Amino acid sequence: METIADIRDLRKTYAGGFEALKGVTLAIETGEILALLGPNGAGKTTLISTICGITSPSGGSVTVGGHDVVSGYRDARRLIGLVPQEIHLEPFSKVKDTVAFTRGLFGKPRDDGLIERILRQLSLWDKRDARVVELSGGMKRRVLIAKALSHEPALLFLDEPTAGVDVELRKDMWAIVDGLKAQGTTIVLTTHYIEEAEAIADRVGVINGGQLLLVEEKAALMKRLGQKCLQIDLLDPVTAIPEVLAGYGLEIVGNGHALRYTYDTRGEGTGITRLLADLSAAGMSLRDIQTEQSSLEDIFVGLVREGAA
Amino acid sequence: MNRAAIRAIYVSEMTRFFRTIAQSFISPVISTSLYFVVFGAAIGSRIDQVEGVSYGAFIVPGLIMLSVMTQAITNASFGIYFPKFIGTIYELLSAPVNFLEIVLGFVGAAATKALFIGLVILGTAALFVDLQIQNPLAMIAFLLLTCLSFALFGFIIGIWAQNFEQLQLIPLLVITPLVFLGGSFYSIAMLPPVWQKITLFNPVVYLISGFRWSFFGVADVPIGLSLLAIAAFTALCLGVVWWIFRTGWRIRT
Repeated sequence: METIADIRDLRKTYAGGFEALKGVTLAIETGEILALLGPNGAGKTTLISTICGITSPSGGSVTVGGHDVVSGYRDARRLIGLVPQEIHLEPFSKVKDTVAFTRGLFGKPRDDGLIERILRQLSLWDKRDARVVELSGGMKRRVLIAKALSHEPALLFLDEPTAGVDVELRKDMWAIVDGLKAQGTTIVLTTHYIEEAEAIADRVGVINGGQLLLVEEKAALMKRLGQKCLQIDLLDPVTAIPEVLAGYGLEIVGNGHALRYTYDTRGEGTGITRLLADLSAAGMSLRDIQTEQSSLEDIFVGLVREGAA
Repeated sequence: MNRAAIRAIYVSEMTRFFRTIAQSFISPVISTSLYFVVFGAAIGSRIDQVEGVSYGAFIVPGLIMLSVMTQAITNASFGIYFPKFIGTIYELLSAPVNFLEIVLGFVGAAATKALFIGLVILGTAALFVDLQIQNPLAMIAFLLLTCLSFALFGFIIGIWAQNFEQLQLIPLLVITPLVFLGGSFYSIAMLPPVWQKITLFNPVVYLISGFRWSFFGVADVPIGLSLLAIAAFTALCLGVVWWIFRTGWRIRT
């Protein structure tokens, strides 16, 4: 995999003394969708701001496309598009003007055809002559994306693109991100919605307290850290767990109609075969069994708790 | 040099100006007319010529300077303060632009607006009094340099200001008094000797004097000194702006 951005031991301490980044090292691969997951105040926005030039790093280095973001800021920034978390737009300018403005700011010549394509792609073409202030919240977010795309960035940062938006718009946003990936844009998005990372990311990074706790392929992450749960529906309800099954840590659920067995997929053996044998030895008849993969949410909560401990 | 960026900033600033072109045009015309009615007609009729120039004509350069300075400051300070206030500054900070390009865009636009207002006032004044411009080139040079340097000064104020009150503070508390006391409406020679000395510490005196010289060929201070003053002020502002962007003072955390 080729690397589009290389972040090495990046540190940021704000003037007030707050250490927002405590040495983050991360390689962003060309063409991927990387989701940075973390609670509020984890350092996600600071990480993005430092890469994009909004804040100056206190230590470490970042290169984008091989250009250092401090010493080679012009070449580095040309490659980067940024969609900020807050809706920062000039209220009185027209949609097409504000999008064209960003393109100009990034040193690209005027290209009405491209702006039209971007606005159409984001369903903003009908609103091209509307003033920003007249748009709904969802439309404004689309305008922010249109602005970020106006200079054809290779690397797009979306800082919490779906924070506080309704389900419909979130789905739209995911579709937009998918479309951009298909066009070859590398996308880094921050979110504290786990289902978002789960739905669209190729890789997931978990960030908390200014540190990157891990970065992994989404599937591998879930496989590596994922716990699975086996639910055994019983023909005859039980009130207590029989002696022979005491070592499995079973839980009685559904008024005794089912047992839950939680196991780690990382383990040498899952213990399922033995459990099932012991169940039949205890004379219990099974109606059904089902397994459930733990979500990223469980992984995430586990990691953050581990980090805090 | 990122020319497209300079153009983008300049165009977007000018777009805002043209959105409110009526106000931009009407208010200086009205205020200038008021000054002429009050100072030119009512009071001026009782004042003889000042240094060989009719009083109505004598105040024209000062009136133009007054508006040009305030307009340049207001437009430039608001131009850069507004993105800070609404958060769109993120775009400037994350764009491949350097300080010179940002300054050229914002300050260029503010200076253009101030120049426009200055010319409108000159035109309005010509309706009231007989105007002669002895040194048109010097007049244009002074006007341009004043627009530019005060727009730079306004840009600094806009970066420094952390709220709208601070944005108004300098123009109101510093510039207006300096301009009024800088010989807009009188010749320094009309002051008592002590005040003639004190007034020489007012930088605006040199600008108005030089500007008036370009109209009537009379000046309170030597023309070379006026040119030096405006050049020094421009250089000082440029230096401060350069320092601001180097350190990221009040813009980059």
